[in-house]
Amino acid sequence: MDLHARRFIPLLGFVLLSVLLFRGLSLDPTSLPAARLGQIFPEFAKLELQSGDVISVVDLNQRPALVNVWATWCYSCRIEHPYLLELAKSGVPIYGLNYKDDPVKARGWLAQLGDPYRLNIVDDEGSLGLDLGVYGAPETYVIDRDGKIVHRHVGILDQSVFRADFSAWFPALMDAQAPVAQRALEGK
Amino acid sequence: MIPELGHISLIIAFVLAIGLTVIPFWGSFRTNVAAMNLAPSLAVGILVFTATAFGLLATSFLQDDFSVAVVAANSNSLLPPIFKFSALWGNHEGSLLLWVLILSTWMTAVAFLCRVLPLTMIARVLSVMGLIAVGFLAFSLLTSNPFERLLPNTPLDGSDLNPLLQDPGLIIHPPLLYMGYVGLSVPFAFAIAALIGGRLDASWARWSRPWTNVAWGFLTLGIMLGSWWAYYELGWGGWWFWDPVENASFMPWLMGTALVHSLAVTEKRGVFRSWTVLLAIFAFSLSLLGTFLVRSGVLTSVHAFAADPERGLFILVFLALVVGGSLLLYALRAPAVASRVEYNVISRESLLMVNNLVFTVAATIVLLGTLFPLVMDAFSLGKYSVGPPYFNAVFVPLMALLMPFMSIGPISRWRQDSPRRWLHELLVPAIAMAALAPLLSMMLFDFNLWVALAVLLAGWVTLGVLRDVWRRLAVGGSGGLQWQRLSPSFLGMTFAHIGFAAVVLGAVVVTQHSEEQDLRMTEGQSAELGGYRFEMTHISQEPGANYVADQATFVVSYDDKIIATLVPEKRRYLASGQVMTEAAIDAGILRDLYIALGEPIGERAWAVRLQYKPMVRWLWIGAFLIGFGALLTSLDRRYRVQVVSGQEPSPVKGQGLGFAR
Repeated sequence: MDLHARRFIPLLGFVLLSVLLFRGLSLDPTSLPAARLGQIFPEFAKLELQSGDVISVVDLNQRPALVNVWATWCYSCRIEHPYLLELAKSGVPIYGLNYKDDPVKARGWLAQLGDPYRLNIVDDEGSLGLDLGVYGAPETYVIDRDGKIVHRHVGILDQSVFRADFSAWFPALMDAQAPVAQRALEGK
Repeated sequence: MIPELGHISLIIAFVLAIGLTVIPFWGSFRTNVAAMNLAPSLAVGILVFTATAFGLLATSFLQDDFSVAVVAANSNSLLPPIFKFSALWGNHEGSLLLWVLILSTWMTAVAFLCRVLPLTMIARVLSVMGLIAVGFLAFSLLTSNPFERLLPNTPLDGSDLNPLLQDPGLIIHPPLLYMGYVGLSVPFAFAIAALIGGRLDASWARWSRPWTNVAWGFLTLGIMLGSWWAYYELGWGGWWFWDPVENASFMPWLMGTALVHSLAVTEKRGVFRSWTVLLAIFAFSLSLLGTFLVRSGVLTSVHAFAADPERGLFILVFLALVVGGSLLLYALRAPAVASRVEYNVISRESLLMVNNLVFTVAATIVLLGTLFPLVMDAFSLGKYSVGPPYFNAVFVPLMALLMPFMSIGPISRWRQDSPRRWLHELLVPAIAMAALAPLLSMMLFDFNLWVALAVLLAGWVTLGVLRDVWRRLAVGGSGGLQWQRLSPSFLGMTFAHIGFAAVVLGAVVVTQHSEEQDLRMTEGQSAELGGYRFEMTHISQEPGANYVADQATFVVSYDDKIIATLVPEKRRYLASGQVMTEAAIDAGILRDLYIALGEPIGERAWAVRLQYKPMVRWLWIGAFLIGFGALLTSLDRRYRVQVVSGQEPSPVKGQGLGFAR
C-alpha cells in the first residue's frame, strides 16, 4: 500500500467504530432478551452458601420473590446491597445467586454488610447463571407465585427501579414503606 | 426570571459561537484581517455569556429554586451551601454547562496568550474551537437544557444530591477532569489549523506543546482525585476499578501521554510529524468518545448519567462530524513526503517511539476492553462484561516493558547514541538497584518477588533521572552548582518521571501487601492487623446537617503506644434514605489504616472491616507529581521568548531546530 492510501486507515477505523456506536444506541444494555421470561425457573441442585445443604428449585418456596445475582467482585453489587437489606426488612423474599464467586469471600461479605437473602445458591462455575442467561452482576429476576420468571432487571436495583418495574408483584409493600427518615431516627 | 436569563445567555453564547466558527475561518482564506481579528473578541464574548449562564444556574441552586428541574432533582434545602453549589455539576445538564464554560475559558486563554501567533493561525485555531463550542452549546440547548422549569407543579423540596457526591473531593474532581478533557481541544485545534494551512512544522509543535502539557497535567490531577475519592468514599479501600467511565477518562490520558512525548520529538527534531498530528486528533477524539459513552447510556456503569438515546444520537453525529472530518482532513493533507530528518535506531527518537507505541497500544487495549461488551451485543453474540482481570493482564506487562526504556530515555541523545554509552549509563543504576531491590523490599515488608521487581524498575527510573539532574548541576566543573541549568521543562519532566515510578511502586506494594479483616466487634473489643491493635471504645449516634450517623470510636495502638483515634460512620441521609459508609483513615507515607463500618449485628455490635494498606498514598503523591510536573513545564522560558519576539519561526527544513539539550 502506498503512503497516501495508508493515511486513510484511521478514517476507515473510525467509520467502523461509528457504525458500532450507532448500533449501540439502539441497544439498551439494561434490557435483555430474557430467554426464560415466562418460563419456570430452571431446575438446579447447588449448595446453599451458609448451611452447605444441597438445595433445588423447590426450596425457593416463598413466592413471589426476587432472585438477585451477585458477587463479591462486583462493584455495583456493593452499592445495591443496602437497598436489598431495606427490601428484605420490609418483607420481600430475596434469594441470592452467588455468581462465579469464592464462597468464603461471599460469607465474609454477608457477615460484614448484612444478609438480605433467605437462601443463597452457590453458583461458583456459573452454570445456573448460564441457564438463566445471566450476563453479569448485579441482575435481579422476579419469580411469581407459580415459580415462573416474570421480570428481569440488569444493573443496580434501587428504589426508583423497584417502584417502576417491580411493585406490580409486591403491592402490599408500597403502602408499608414508612418514611425512611423517621425510621433512621428511631435507630436501634 | 433568573433561569430565563440564564437560558437567554446560553442562546447568545451559541450565536456568538456560530459567528466564531464562520467569520474568522472565512477571513483566513480571504486574508480578510478584520474578519480574523474578530476571533479573540468573539471568544471572550462566548466566555462572558456562558459564565453568566453558569452563574445564574448556580444562583438558582443556592436560592433553592426548585422550580428549576435540575435543582429539584439534585439539591435539597438541607444541603450545605457548598454542596448546593457543587450539585450544579453532579448531573448531566449542569456538568455539560461546566464543560462549555471550561471550553470557553480555554478559548479565551488561547486568544490572549497566543496574540503573537500568525493571525491566520490564531483565527483558524479559534474557529475550530468555536465549532466544538457550537456542538456542545447546541447539545445543551436542544437536548439537555439546564434551565428547564417545573411549572406549575413546583416541588416543595428537592430530592437531594446523591450522598456519594456530597464530598469535598467531588467539588473539584469534575472541574479538574474537564480542564483536562476539554484542554485537549487546544492541541486538536492547533493540529487541524496546521493541517488546513499545510504547515506542520516545529513551530506548530512548539505552540501546541505548553497547552498540551497543561491540559494533560489537569487530566492527571483530575484522575488522581477521582481515584482518591473512590478510595475513601466508597468505603472499601479500592482505588481503581476499570469501570467504563474511569476508562473514558483514562483513554485520553494514555493518548495524551503519547502526544506529550511525540510533540517533544516533533518540536526538537522535526520528525514524527504526521504521527503527532494523528495523536492530537486521537487524544481529543477519545475525550469526545468518553463524553459519548458517559452520556448516551450505551454502556452500563455506576457513574453513567441518566441514559437517553436521543442525547446519544446527538453526540454520535457530532462525534462523526468532528472526528470523521478531521481524520478525512488528515488523510488528504498530512505531509505526503516522509520526513527527511534522519535518526539512528540507537537514539532518543527511537526510545520516544517506544513510549508512543506502548501508550497507544495501552489506549487501544482499554478502548477494546471498554467496547467489547458493545461489540458482542451489536453482533448478537450475547452480553458480556469485561472486568479487571483482562485489563490487569494486559496493562501490567505493558507498563513493566515501558520502564527500562524510561530509565534510559531522559539521558539518551538525539539523533545518534552509542550502545556502549547506554550500557555504561544504565549499568551502575541497574546493578545498584538489582542489589538493593530485594533488600529494600524485605526491609519494609516480607520478601515478595513482584514488589522486588517494582522496586527495581522504579528505582532504576528514579536513579537515571536523578543522575541526569546531578550531571546538569555539576557541569562546568568550577565547583558551584549550576541551578539555572534546571529549566522548568527539565524539572517538570523529572518530577513526572519520578511520580510515575512512585505510582508503579505504590500500585504493586498495595496490591501485594494489603491486609484486611472482616470482624464482628462490640464496645471494648479489640483486634490486631498488620501489627496494629484496634480497640473499639464506644458506639454512639450523632446528628449531622442532613443525615444521622452511627459512629464507632476506635483507638489504634502500635507496641502499646496510642497512635490514632479513628471514628468511622454509617450515615443515613434524611431526604433520600440512602445509607453511606464514611470510612475513617489514619493516613501515612508507608501505610494507611482504614476502618469501615458494615452493618449493626445485634445489641451494640457492628460488622467492621479493618484494612492495612501499605504505601497506598504513593499512588496519589506520584500522580500529583506527574500532574504538577506537566504544569511546571509550561513555565519554560522557551515558550515565552517566542511570545516576546513575536516573530514567525521558519519552518523546519531538513534539520531539527537545534535545541540541543
